[in-house]
Amino acid sequence: MRLMPSPSEATPALELHGIDRRCGITQANDKIDLIVRRGTVHAIVGENGAGKSTLMKIAYGLMRADAGTIAINGEAIARTRHRPADALARGVGMVHQHFMLVGSLTVAENLILGHEPTRHGVLDIARAEREIAALAERYGIVVDVRARTELLSVGEQQRVEILRILWLGASILILDEPTAVLTPGEVKRLFGLLKSLVAEGKTVVLVTHKLDEVHAIADRVTVLRKGKVVAELPGDSPPEDIARAMVGRPVLLDVPKAAATAGEVVLAVSGLSVAGRAREAVSEMSFEVRAGEIFGFAGIEGNGQSELIEALAGLRPATAGSVRLRGDDVTRASVGERQQRGLGLVSEDRHRRGLALEMTITENLHLGRLAEVSRPLRLDRAAMRARTAQAIAEYTIAPADPDAVVASLSGGNQQKIVLARELSRPSLRCLLCAQPTRGVDIGAIEIIYQRLLAARSAGVAIVLVSAELSELRALADRVAVLHRGRIVEIVAGASLANPDELERIGGLMTGARA
Amino acid sequence: MTFGLSESMRREVYATALALLVAMAAGSVLILIWGVSPARVYGTLLAETWGSEYGFGQVLFKATPLIFTGLAVAVAYRAGLLTVGAEGQMAAGAFATAIVAAALPADTSAAVALPLALCAGMGTGAVVGALPGWLRARFGAHEVITTIMLNFVVAALVMWAGRTGQFVTETTHTREIVAGAHLASLGLGSSAANLSFVLALIFAAGVAWFFGRTRTGFEWRLVGASASTAEASGIKVRRVIVMAMALSGALAGAVGANTVLGDKHYFEEGLARGAGFMGIAVALLGRGGPFGVVLSALLFGTLAHGGFVVNALVPRELVEVLQAVIVLTLLATSAAIRRAVTNAGGAKEGA
Repeated sequence: MRLMPSPSEATPALELHGIDRRCGITQANDKIDLIVRRGTVHAIVGENGAGKSTLMKIAYGLMRADAGTIAINGEAIARTRHRPADALARGVGMVHQHFMLVGSLTVAENLILGHEPTRHGVLDIARAEREIAALAERYGIVVDVRARTELLSVGEQQRVEILRILWLGASILILDEPTAVLTPGEVKRLFGLLKSLVAEGKTVVLVTHKLDEVHAIADRVTVLRKGKVVAELPGDSPPEDIARAMVGRPVLLDVPKAAATAGEVVLAVSGLSVAGRAREAVSEMSFEVRAGEIFGFAGIEGNGQSELIEALAGLRPATAGSVRLRGDDVTRASVGERQQRGLGLVSEDRHRRGLALEMTITENLHLGRLAEVSRPLRLDRAAMRARTAQAIAEYTIAPADPDAVVASLSGGNQQKIVLARELSRPSLRCLLCAQPTRGVDIGAIEIIYQRLLAARSAGVAIVLVSAELSELRALADRVAVLHRGRIVEIVAGASLANPDELERIGGLMTGARA
Repeated sequence: MTFGLSESMRREVYATALALLVAMAAGSVLILIWGVSPARVYGTLLAETWGSEYGFGQVLFKATPLIFTGLAVAVAYRAGLLTVGAEGQMAAGAFATAIVAAALPADTSAAVALPLALCAGMGTGAVVGALPGWLRARFGAHEVITTIMLNFVVAALVMWAGRTGQFVTETTHTREIVAGAHLASLGLGSSAANLSFVLALIFAAGVAWFFGRTRTGFEWRLVGASASTAEASGIKVRRVIVMAMALSGALAGAVGANTVLGDKHYFEEGLARGAGFMGIAVALLGRGGPFGVVLSALLFGTLAHGGFVVNALVPRELVEVLQAVIVLTLLATSAAIRRAVTNAGGAKEGA
């Protein structure tokens, strides 16, 4: 480990002044000032595209600012000569959203990559392991330094990442959306770890878009919107205030939900099994979803959700069991046939299954729905234009240009297109909806929730897969907890409001018995 | 989906025009090394192609097969497929055109003979095209490899069929086609330009209409843009792959109209050789759009005939090198320039 300079308490850990950065035509960062005090958790929040990641990449030296100054621990750094290696040498470490670990190596081997300790020119892994284990113990990180990292859970891998930058001597830790992949229990552990780090005098910069997390851990929060700092608030500010600053208008975080009026069974799944990549992804699953009901699936990613939705949509064959849609057996029906019988799909991966990115908004609003605007030898372009105008107005899709290429839209607006298309299917009776707000900004989340609940009121049966328990709480009437391709338990959606119950469900998701 | 020049299309035109200037400059260097005035060479080239009736006719004649093969490549490209099979499809189609047109009774009227001969060529091209399409859809065999290999197979088959009875004895060409199957000349001097140029333009318009206005065309484009999204939209992706490859083959198979029906009136081994491969360059430069294909085919046609006319000023080898240098520079720089123009226009970066 390196010896860190120990500047006085008053010097900010990280100081950015007048940071400008253009990405293409967008001003990703516009004269941003950011001062992070030593020994604090400083949250950076903002919608997608607000410039959070750009700013952090500049601080870490992965991107170069067009203008502005950077100082780490009071020491000014030449803007043009700032690289990650320099940042690390000055004590700035970053944990990326996608981990940078080599799966086939052990924890200790991953940590020493590029800084291998040697004795007489020979790799001294034993010494490294001892030192790393000692370091981990100091911060209460429980991890086997000899374990292969690919065998660790996502939460453990993240702790290894944090351990790695601590090992490299970081005193300022930048964490980019660290909770996106964690269960509630793991989030709690992560926050415990961050608190003990801060107590040690380390500094944490937390990039996030989840306001409850800001509330739970941050001392200060800087809100970015369209590349500018629009507010700097204490961490315990009301979430509504932070949300308003992020979006620029008041946001309804809890969408009012009408009482359930479940009707007849629309989707009946019985004994369904689906093959996955290595093992069976869905095993003998049975459930029913009624008209006017939102049936949620909670579970850690990779427990069969993706395969279940694909099988229900007709994109993946079932190996056993049956799927009935409004009484008709559709187990072997094609995607198109299921759609004609009233099935809609909002895929978890809108880029791969929901949109054609190079095509226009108008075109994307008609994927799978061309039959409605098809005339002999031509498409009814007037009808297409009319419907596009309606969708743009109803969902406030920006830009409001029917000919805009979808790739240029934000995640939220892309998702609005998918929802506008699927929810307006004239024959819609059952909607498969996976991760509807992934990579979607708060303003769009509000509209998406409202629309899904409106469809529920209109009698659509909705299957909702979500990694966010808060989303299931807001929307679902019943929630099935998934583990390894099986439904472990079905609970009432409202029960997710109870913290103890939430904890218990988090346990079920990781395989703990009820 | 608008027919007016959109922002992106205007950008394309600028990029291509700029690339053409760079290409000409590169060619000038070569000409200067030879010790001739580039202005004189380029002047002659223009005067003897677009400046004379005969030259213009020859440009059209040389451009016609390139429109067919360029469209063939573009159609497959729109559906997300990269075909290198136009060369073989073209040969098989032209051969079939010649055989059918020669086998008809001598007094067959044009109204019967022309559609029959054309259908034979396009149908044969479609079959040759559908095969790699099916291999792709059924087994996932990549169409680039299968179409390349099929070119050799088809060339050998055509030669074999010719030698075992179809070629006139002691030659490598077939019998003369019947008079009713002759496509009329455009009457541009003594040039070989014939009505098949008009046919090529009609096909280009048809392809534009197909992709821009019809449901099937839309679905094919969706398969090209994202096969996985197309699948989730209920489109039978495999069927589209086979159909698109078949249409591509049919368009390449129409080349026989120009060379067999419009010019030589028989099939000859090696006829229009290279036009199939050149179709890839034509489609690339034309950005996969039917009108772009027509324009770039005309440019390539100009270069092909221009090569002959400047032969008096510079040696034949230099002319060929010059053509290649211009084509290479054009393709390389138009890509680079387009990227530069597009980046300046703003690629959005996530934050």
